[in-house]
Amino acid sequence: MKLSLRIWRQSDAQAEGKMVSYEIDEVSEDASFLEMLDVLNERLIGEGEDPVAFDHDCREGICGACSLVIDGQPHGPQAATTTCQLHMRKFKDGDSIDIEPWRAGAFPVIKDLVVDRSAFDRIIQAGGYISAPTGTAPDAHAVPIPKQDADAAFSAAACIGCGACVAACPNGSGMLFMGAKVTHLSLMPQGQPERATRVLGMVAAHDEAGFGGCTNTGECAAACPKEIGLDVIGKLNRDFRKAAIRAA
Amino acid sequence: MSTDLQHRPAARPDKRPRAPQAPWRSNIGLKIAMAVSGILLVLFLIVHMAGNLHVFEGRESMNDYAHGLRTLGEPLLPHESILWVLRIGLIAAAAVHIWSAVVLTRRALAARPVRYASKKPAKGESRHAVATMRWGAVVVFFFVIWHLLDLTWRTVNPVKDVPDAYGAVVATFSPERWPVTVFYLLALAALYFHLRHGIWSAVQTIAGPNTKWRKRTQATGLAVALIVVLGFAIVPLSVTFGLVN
Repeated sequence: MKLSLRIWRQSDAQAEGKMVSYEIDEVSEDASFLEMLDVLNERLIGEGEDPVAFDHDCREGICGACSLVIDGQPHGPQAATTTCQLHMRKFKDGDSIDIEPWRAGAFPVIKDLVVDRSAFDRIIQAGGYISAPTGTAPDAHAVPIPKQDADAAFSAAACIGCGACVAACPNGSGMLFMGAKVTHLSLMPQGQPERATRVLGMVAAHDEAGFGGCTNTGECAAACPKEIGLDVIGKLNRDFRKAAIRAA
Repeated sequence: MSTDLQHRPAARPDKRPRAPQAPWRSNIGLKIAMAVSGILLVLFLIVHMAGNLHVFEGRESMNDYAHGLRTLGEPLLPHESILWVLRIGLIAAAAVHIWSAVVLTRRALAARPVRYASKKPAKGESRHAVATMRWGAVVVFFFVIWHLLDLTWRTVNPVKDVPDAYGAVVATFSPERWPVTVFYLLALAALYFHLRHGIWSAVQTIAGPNTKWRKRTQATGLAVALIVVLGFAIVPLSVTFGLVN
């Protein structure tokens, strides 16, 4: 395959960035999107140029490190797929592809396509601990949990914290991420003791980091590689309302 | 790869240190204020739309209804007292709705400072909302100002006699004043998109339904938006096309 790429290049956090065009030849359609960028980078290094910086780690779709807004869509055109699991067979020979970093005030660009997602860590930290007994593992089924709650909590816990929801949101909001984190604990008995302080702390940290508010457009859920739905935002709203009224 | 994360610059310090925010000032807190005030405004719209239909019962019925609103509670309560209680509630709801919208919109614009070079059409559950909520709100805002000048204060209406509500409606939507009718219908189109998203969005913000109930709420929002907008549209169209005169 022959492709025309337009990639966001920015030498560091302070520098002005711009879209730079690259032509790339003989891309295997079995290559993953990141492997295609690896091939480009090998060529750039050989030519003595600075390779394109992008985040990646497991390349198995489970770590949440890879990002990339491909043709205006976080993680590219394929639904429920991270960038590392997107393959070049989804594109056609001669395609031109735009590659940009996540765009959000709370996710400043560090270099090229790499953004600082530590705002998500600050939200998790603000959520605090859960009270759980330590020592030997409890007997299986010692704590009964309804099957539907366990399933819903597991679906929410599938969030890998990649930030595609923020990248897709017209308001740069982190509510789908925060909703997933709040929901997966508030459905579990282990999450109950700190349920109210957790949601209040996370919401304050979310706003403090400069994420915008939710307008329920649903762009986040459409972009989520783990198919987390808008119901977690509803649960977050409800938990927050109850906790805020009790705290007042 | 070349990204040496150990040597990256420290996370950008927050631009202005702020006291920990009160929950009601958070994005969700303001959104709840917007949702509650929005639902009050929707209830007003439904009552207003239903009241307008008196125009089809003729001049006397319409004017009696308008008079009845002013004399509600009399002689126990003073003239227009109930009406003013309702008006103050309505103004307060509109003020809270607009104020929270302005604060949240400013925060949202600050949270998305750089646009994407490559733009794809929206593909979320409420994709129409992205393009219509905020601009539609501005259209509705200017329409409400015109509407008050036209049919409440009669500043721009040929019929200055306040008790003759029927005459004012017939005069303002007369065929030769067609731009008034066109503007009315344009505002209704904006209102349709605003209600279609706003009603389910308000329920999502306040109650947080599960997926099944969210779909039901979306269907209800669509139905209410259609009923309200069609109920409003039928009056000026009937006057312009001579069914009411």
